Order: sequence, then C-alpha cells, then structure tokens
Amino acid sequence: MIEVERVSKDFGGTSALREVTFSVERGAITGLLGPNGSGKTTLMRILAGFFPPTTGQVRVAGCDAAQQALALRRKIGYLPENVVLYPEMRVRRFLEFCADVRGLERRRRTQCLERVVLDCGLQEVSSRRMGTLSKGYRQRVGLAQALLHEPEVLILDEPTVGLDPGQVVEFRGLIRALRGHKTVLLSTHIVPEIDLTCDRVIIIDRGRIVAEDSPQALSQRIGGTQRTVLRVEGPAEAIGDRLRRLPGVDRVEALQGKDAGDSGVAEFIVFSRAGEAVPKAIAAAVVAQGWGLIEVRPSPPSLEELFVRLVDHAAPGAVH
Amino acid sequence: MPRPAQCTDVTFFALFRKELSAYFISPLFYLVTAVFLCLSGYYFYTDLIFFVTFGFGMNILENFWQLLLVDLRLVMLLCIPLLTMRAFAEEKKLGTLELLLTYPVRDSELLLAKFAACAVVCTLMLGGTLLYPIYVYTLQPFAVLPLVASYLGLCLLALSFIACGLFVSALTDSQVVAAVATTGVLLLGWILSWNEAATSPALVRVLAHLSMFDHFQNFTRGIIDAQDVGYFACFVALFSFLTLRVLESRTWRGRR
Repeated sequence: MIEVERVSKDFGGTSALREVTFSVERGAITGLLGPNGSGKTTLMRILAGFFPPTTGQVRVAGCDAAQQALALRRKIGYLPENVVLYPEMRVRRFLEFCADVRGLERRRRTQCLERVVLDCGLQEVSSRRMGTLSKGYRQRVGLAQALLHEPEVLILDEPTVGLDPGQVVEFRGLIRALRGHKTVLLSTHIVPEIDLTCDRVIIIDRGRIVAEDSPQALSQRIGGTQRTVLRVEGPAEAIGDRLRRLPGVDRVEALQGKDAGDSGVAEFIVFSRAGEAVPKAIAAAVVAQGWGLIEVRPSPPSLEELFVRLVDHAAPGAVH
Repeated sequence: MPRPAQCTDVTFFALFRKELSAYFISPLFYLVTAVFLCLSGYYFYTDLIFFVTFGFGMNILENFWQLLLVDLRLVMLLCIPLLTMRAFAEEKKLGTLELLLTYPVRDSELLLAKFAACAVVCTLMLGGTLLYPIYVYTLQPFAVLPLVASYLGLCLLALSFIACGLFVSALTDSQVVAAVATTGVLLLGWILSWNEAATSPALVRVLAHLSMFDHFQNFTRGIIDAQDVGYFACFVALFSFLTLRVLESRTWRGRR
C-alpha cells in the first residue's frame, strides 16, 4: 500500500532523509519511531503529498508522490503534527469545507460527516468554534478530517501528543479499530505507544532506517538475556545470596523499593541466560526457604531499551 | 470516479467561500472598510469644496474627479495591504497551509481562490465610494463614461495591490510584516518616478513606465489605453507567478 524506495530529501544542503526504503502492507498499522528531528515529519509530509522527495520513489495506494500528487492526496488522510485549525470556524462548517475541497458530492458528504462526527465523538462540540476547543478535541477534529473521505491510507503525525492519559487510551482505541480496513502509518517518539497499537515498527534515526520489524521480534532481538522480576517478603541480603547461587543466573539486582525497609518486602531483577526455566527455580527456592513469595514475573526487554540502544550507539545503518 | 473538471470547480468554490467568509467573520474587514470610507469621504468633501470654491464652471473631470481618484489611490494603498496580509501569513502561522496542501488542491487554485475573495472584498470596499458620483450627479449631471474608465483603473490598481500583497504574505508567517512590507513595496511603486532630480532623464522615463501610478494616471483622464491595461495585467501575472514559486519553495526549502 505504501512503497518507499531509496528516498532522500534535502533541504538546501542538509539532508533530512537518506536512502530510506520500506513498505507497508494493506490494512496494517505501522509505527514510525524516532527521536525528535530524525526525519519522521519530513517522511510523513512526503507520503501525504505535501512535497515530493528529492530522489527516490514513493508510491502510496498506487500513486506516485512526485508525478501524481493530487491523485495521491485524494487517497490519503493526513493528520499533521500540530493540529491547529481555523480558530474562527465552527467544527461542522470546517468538516463541510474539508468535504467540499475534496469534492465529495452532497449525499455522500452528509453521510461521511455524520459518520466521522460519531466515530470521533464530536457530537457535543460540532457547533463550537474551533478556537475554543481543548487540545484533545482539536486532535479529534484533526482525525475526523483525515477520516472524512474514507481514505485507504491514513498518515498520522504524532497523533497522541498533548492528549491527557484518558484521551490517549481513547485515541489508541480509535486507531486500533481501523486495523484491517485502513492502512495506517503513525509516527511517535513515545515507545509504549508502538507496543500498544502497531503491527510493525520502523525505527528511524538521523534520516535513516535503523530497524524494521514487528514490536515483538524487535524486542527479542535485544534477547540473549532473560529477566525476571521478583518480590519477596524476607531478609533482602539472604535472598539475594540465594538467588545468585541458582543455576543459570548471571546477575541479581536489588531494587530499592520505597516500601522495602518498612514491610520487609525486597524486590529484585534476576538476569539469566535465555531458555533456562529460571522463574520456576526461583519460585521453588524462595518457597523452600520459607520466605513469602509475592510476585515472580518474567519481564521481556522493552522496545524502549532497544530503541535507546539502536539510536544511541549503533552506527547508522549498522543494525539493518 | 474521475471527474477532474467538476472536482476542480467544487474545490475552487469551497476554497473561495472559505476565504470570503473568513473576511466577513473577522472584524478587520469592517474596520478597514470603515477607515477607508471615512478617509475617502473626507477627501471627497475637501475636494468637492475645493472644486466649488476655485474651479466652479471648469471641467469637473479634470478639476474634481481626477483629484479625488488620485487621493483614493493613496487610501487604497494604505488599506489593501491590511486585507491581503492574512492571506498566506495566517495560514502559515496556524499550520493550516500544510493541511490544505495535502488536500487535492493545486497551488494555483488556492492562490486563485484567495485572489478572487480579496478582489470581491476590495470591490465591495470601493463600491462604497460610488455614493459620491451618484450624489454629485443628482446635484449636477456630468459625463459619466470618463468616470467609468477611472473606476476601471481603480479596480485594476486594486488587483495589482492584491497580487503584490498576496506575494508578500506568502513570504512570511507574520501578518504585521506582510502588511508593512506590502505598503513599502507599493509606496515604492508610487514614488519610483518622483526622483527627476536624482536620476538621468532616460532613467526617469523607464521608471515612469514601471510605476503603477503613472499608468493609473491615464485612466483618471478617462482614457483606457491597452498599454496601461496590459501593464496591470502583467503586474498581476508577474506577482501571481512569484507567489506560486514561493509556495513551491516548500519542496526544497526546510521549514522548521
């Protein structure tokens, strides 16, 4: 659905994107992850038909971004990074305007409007001026205008920035509901967001793709080490010593929980070689000593760690 | 599915309506029009008194209308930049330009919609001054056609101001900068042919050809010269072309 081939973008001498290649399949939700200034927004603007790439080829829903920009723009919905809309316009009037600019005929316009107002929860604000809306509602209006003409492809630039936690959860729900019938590419620099919503993740840094895979597969790539989080009621030092002597355990880290002293609950992270049944052995050992086992939980390495590792010390391009 | 021609019309009218309603929603248009009509009314009054006192019985076109129109163009020069300043500058500042340019909209359609809306607004504003000839005509009928030519000149001048204003507005994201710079450019276009003493006679002739106001002068005499009309058409075309190039510059210039 989205094909990006050796795309570079230069702005007067500085290059924002260098030889970026990837593709996104129909119906998938893909996350574009990267630190600020890594070229995410530039890439999204190219995909949205805002400007063409300097070199390379971009095809979205079968349209070339350089040659068929207008046709491409008809097939995508784009939510820009900063959704600041005409403050004087009322929500409903704005959506009507968007529909008219896109050339929707009257009947379809009415249907589409009703649908997005409902889907994005805009019933209550539809007659308010957009300048009076909260950030969350503005974001929803932004999403509404992107969904209005039932585009095949949605391009969302940092869709959850500035929303409160409740709204973020709601927003993710909205986006997840699109899985299967819309192709979604969303960018973010918030790692858990990718974990929660995306089928695939593309990590971009300094204008290059440094990794591309499913979130799970990428997490495993950091692999080799298995981590188990443990909370036990009992003497912290003795427990630590016992854990260290277990077979397969490499390292034990004691966490200084704020309730550690008072309640006698100690918290540890146990690092062990992958594949060993360490959590089971830990549980058995703790119980055998008569300590109170409160929690044993395998903790997979997070995407966040991978992100930091890839972006920080990988020479660009080395991982891919 | 492919209905490009119809689509384009719908798109254009949607943009045009949006631009037009943006003018009527904001108090700026009313304020500018009020100031314009106050100042031009003041000029009408003083010029009329002047004519009645000193020029009574002489040619009304030369001794009254021509003076008034020359004064009106100054008021227009001060007012029109305030109407064009927000065109692109505001959309750039808000970030709505980015959104619009990911819609199936050609840059030229966007420019045309803004130009047309501004032209309508300026025509309305100028329309207010039609009261003066109507009033004078009821007192003392005069030859109307030369004045029609003058108004045509005034409209062409307004269109040129708009084209220039839109261009400057596209260059910046500050409305104040757009207004001040537009006024500066237009004022330069006026005083360009004033410096007889400082430039060689040949250069003055060239500058006079370039000056908008010298071309406007003919219209106020009741003369519609193809050369002058052509001049204003070229002026509008040149600035529209430049505006499109500025919009296009997003493809190679980094913003933010």
